[in-house]
Amino acid sequence: MKILVAVKRVVDYNVKVRVKSDNSGVDIANVKMSMNPFDEIAVEEAVRLKEAGIVTEIIVVSAGATQCQETLRTALAIGADRAILVESDADLQPLAVAKILKALTDKEQAQMVILGKQAIDDDSNQTGQMLAALLDIPQATFASKVVIADGKATVTREVDGGLETIALTLPAVITTDLRLNEPRYVTLPNIMKAKKKTLEIVKPDELGVDIAPRLKTIKVEEPPKRSAGVMVADIAALVEKLKNEAKVI
Amino acid sequence: MSALISLVIAEHDNQFLKAATLNAVAAALQCSPEVDILVAGNGTDAVAQAASQITGVRKVIQVESLALANQLAEPLAAQILSIAKNYSHILAPATANGKNVLPRVAATLDVAQLSDVTKVVSADTFERPIYAGNAIATVQSGDSIKVITVRTTGFDPVAATGGSAAIEKQSGDAAVSNASSSSFVGRELTKSDRPELTAAKIIVSGGRGLGSGEKYQEVVVPLADALGAALGASRAAVDAGYVPNDYQVGQTGKIVAPQLYVAVGISGAIQHLAGMKDSKVIVAINKDPEAPIFSVADYGLVADLFTAVPELTKALS
Repeated sequence: MKILVAVKRVVDYNVKVRVKSDNSGVDIANVKMSMNPFDEIAVEEAVRLKEAGIVTEIIVVSAGATQCQETLRTALAIGADRAILVESDADLQPLAVAKILKALTDKEQAQMVILGKQAIDDDSNQTGQMLAALLDIPQATFASKVVIADGKATVTREVDGGLETIALTLPAVITTDLRLNEPRYVTLPNIMKAKKKTLEIVKPDELGVDIAPRLKTIKVEEPPKRSAGVMVADIAALVEKLKNEAKVI
Repeated sequence: MSALISLVIAEHDNQFLKAATLNAVAAALQCSPEVDILVAGNGTDAVAQAASQITGVRKVIQVESLALANQLAEPLAAQILSIAKNYSHILAPATANGKNVLPRVAATLDVAQLSDVTKVVSADTFERPIYAGNAIATVQSGDSIKVITVRTTGFDPVAATGGSAAIEKQSGDAAVSNASSSSFVGRELTKSDRPELTAAKIIVSGGRGLGSGEKYQEVVVPLADALGAALGASRAAVDAGYVPNDYQVGQTGKIVAPQLYVAVGISGAIQHLAGMKDSKVIVAINKDPEAPIFSVADYGLVADLFTAVPELTKALS
């Protein structure tokens, strides 16, 4: 079974971004970039499925600027077999990415697509669900456990009240939650091996996909700041403040 | 579509209408003067009744089908799509269900989705947090139908009573014909008599500083009992197995904004702050004076939580 994994290059999760002074966006110049953490979990899951003998080939895909090649190389070092970059400097919104991934899933005849539940930059949480809709196949979002057997994926999902398990007929789309697995560390020999793996670059036009943005960003601002609080000396002082100043207890 | 009419997807478990629906209706009323609610499920008469009483609702559309009993994305999206063209806005609270189903609806309609909207600026322009709430984007949609998930903490709920909307029953055929590709296997819900995390007035949250699940039970739970509070946790505490996943507060967990949030042994990673920094009053108890949680706390106490928290519990009991 062929599996497609989508990865996004995002500002590293440890970086606290700053809003540009002209309010046109956040400043990502000279900021550390990494693979979206949820996508790293997706790559790891695919590699584990391959190690278990369920998956035969892992194709990792990214859409964006030429620097996304680094992100793809990381995925190849974790254990993906080959990579495709859909190169574009345009503002690629979730619907456009879903259309790109649909075209590639069709082309590669992948039986499963795994991707992160959300990217930590735009926090949209849409692409996997949109892809499943465009392919008209079932979806399991927020996965914390995936079992593949007999042409079915049985997926445990993290939902508001706890956990829920559903079964999907393949092909299907799965989006990962935090506790699906713990991605392995990438070793130097694997980084060297990854450099020799195939990385194909295509343009959105070649896939025949409309990537025009649908949402226009009018402005980006800093969130309102919380006014500075006070330190209290002990529990008695805290209780007094909560009762008489904040009046919340 | 010329007239502005919104459709809100009710959040429910077939028995009870969830409070998050009221926040979504509040957002919908800022998008359009008329708001309908879709109650799609199985055995939902009580939910439809409750929805009909929400202030400001024009009509409740009730769809009953076994295929909708578990809110699976494929049949539910198909059911929403069967009536989507009648609306200018389709909204759901940004719960696990809402996030699961609405992008499917949006993609099939070939429109963008606006996720986690915190403010309606106008019928086509909205505010939403990005980068874990470290920036707020104002975005405008040029699509004919706006598909929106609503961050519930951004909107005060409308009154649950006072309305008298008609209930219109519609067929679940659309759901049935899209119900074969996925099936429900089971559910393990955390049992609790406490208030729901996202609707609680007071939340006590524990972090890695507790060191174990036993200590969470020994230290955090009695304080929550004394305050009548819901229980929360940081990602670190959930990952370490102290508490179940649905306790997690943060960028990718639950977003909360209670009257009082007490953070115990939580350092305050930006991903955690993203989930609770809109709380009215924040109390942080941590032994590390440099912990980032103190930067958002109204009241901070540098202390050993194993002595300070029981002392607080005692003072409140």
